[in-house]
Amino acid sequence: MLEPIEVSAEELRHLVSERALKGETVLLNMGPQHPSTHGVLRLLVELDGEQVLNVVPDIGFLHTGIEKNMEAKRYWQAEVMTDRMDYLNPIGNNLAYCLAVEKLTGLEVPPRAQAIRVILAELQRISSHLVWLGTHLLDLGATSLFLYTFREREFILDIFEMVSGARMMTTYIRPGGLWRDVPDGFEETVRAFLKAFPRRLKQYEALVTKNPIYRDRTRRIGVLSKEDAMRWGVTGPMLRASGVAYDTRKARPYCGYEQYDFDIPTQESGDVYARYLVRVEEMRQSLRIIKQALDNLPGGAVRSDDRRYMPPPREEIGVSMEALIRHFKFWTEGFAPPKGSAYAAVESPRGTLAVFIESDGTPHPYRVHVRTPSFANLQALPLMAKGAMIADLVAIAGSVDIVLGDVDR
Amino acid sequence: MSEERIQTVAATLAARMGTEVVHDNGQVVVRVPRERIVEAATALRDEFGFQVAEDLTAVDYWQRREPRFDLVYHFFSYEHADVLTVRVAVAEGEEVPSITGVFPGANWYEREVYDMFGIPFAGHPDLRRIIMPYDWEGHPLRKDYPLGYEEVQFTFNFDEIESKKVKGRR
Repeated sequence: MLEPIEVSAEELRHLVSERALKGETVLLNMGPQHPSTHGVLRLLVELDGEQVLNVVPDIGFLHTGIEKNMEAKRYWQAEVMTDRMDYLNPIGNNLAYCLAVEKLTGLEVPPRAQAIRVILAELQRISSHLVWLGTHLLDLGATSLFLYTFREREFILDIFEMVSGARMMTTYIRPGGLWRDVPDGFEETVRAFLKAFPRRLKQYEALVTKNPIYRDRTRRIGVLSKEDAMRWGVTGPMLRASGVAYDTRKARPYCGYEQYDFDIPTQESGDVYARYLVRVEEMRQSLRIIKQALDNLPGGAVRSDDRRYMPPPREEIGVSMEALIRHFKFWTEGFAPPKGSAYAAVESPRGTLAVFIESDGTPHPYRVHVRTPSFANLQALPLMAKGAMIADLVAIAGSVDIVLGDVDR
Repeated sequence: MSEERIQTVAATLAARMGTEVVHDNGQVVVRVPRERIVEAATALRDEFGFQVAEDLTAVDYWQRREPRFDLVYHFFSYEHADVLTVRVAVAEGEEVPSITGVFPGANWYEREVYDMFGIPFAGHPDLRRIIMPYDWEGHPLRKDYPLGYEEVQFTFNFDEIESKKVKGRR
């Protein structure tokens, strides 16, 4: 027998209205296992009939103590944890972490590694938006698109498997460059994707953009004003759908994004439909970036040769005793960046992802903090959901594109 | 990113707060006294065009430094695309004024710091634990909070843990 859990009125008093305490409105628990919350998110919803009066998000169900764990790992071990935070954007998480470590150590990344990082990060953005598009429409009852978007996502995951051996938890980007160079056939495979994908994108748009049911369910739903979006720290496609043309790739360029020509798609209405339009256009812009990066892919090394922070190359180990010792010391003791802290931001598919690392001069990071986009974006959910219908709450929560691993870390 | 602008802003703020600007791996860092963080945040928003508190976290220097904690704020300006880091030193048990009145987006970040480090924020509208369960004991990101499942014997709690072992409760 399950015992009913008692919740004291005091605990809820400042979260809900007076009417709820008198029993005039309904308090409904949505989640943590509700399918449309895309993970384990609990929403305490206050309802008047079908109208949502207030939403109180309750997070932390997927907390895995990643920040605490990183303090006990060495710099190269801690990177493995970053894949597990935002599991739809492992390449982007690796990238943010590596950029922060590179700022701490002053490592220079060779141009070939920069270009490959950009290609993979943009592929990752497309794959993440594909998951969003499929599941968001699935929430609204359109099952078929999910099958198509996951078909294309497989193509991208195959590329990741090709370069890193893993489909999701890649850890391919390393401080100072990449794990190793891309294999033969990488360029052709990505070009095949570039060729095939625009037509698929058109098919999605034919299914969704002018679909009257989709438009009815998403236009003027979950509106977030420009000012609110900025003040609440909302970033990424949600911010751009509210009319702010801000993109970390343009405003604070990293990995040589300044040399690529692409647009920042924006919409003015700030509703669920606008977020859909922005994300679809972003996929198109990502294709443009990938094409430019592939066309100008430089040759040369893919990792820095700064021996203070990098292991010696494999071929030296067989012939040089010093290299062997260094190899041993590197993989057992790790490397120790100088004292200080670093803060590096990238544009993840969900918004600004920033990593803050404090170093105390030992091989273990003293403190790692990850500013994840979903955490700030979810904060704005009550603003968007107030006054909406309960059925629209699913569309609104879906349009945030939350990844709970990213929220709870 | 205009390098001069952020330097001017940092110098002006530091002069007003009676501190100095520090450069740390490309970050421009200004130290602000704990009591004056709201004043500093208001100035950053109204005079210097910072729209959002992009990030807020803390670092625990347990047994390394007094006061024990550093709060690390990252303010961001969309117009100028620059980041200003503000650090606030906080001792154990001290309250920090909440900046949610100035930057509402700091709401969950302050709750997270409260949850993970046990630093309370005065004037926060909803200061509850956010990530750990509401009945959790301790603050996991403090340095004296062990990572493992077994409680670690430090000098200050050596006897306490020893006594538990004798009673056979562990």
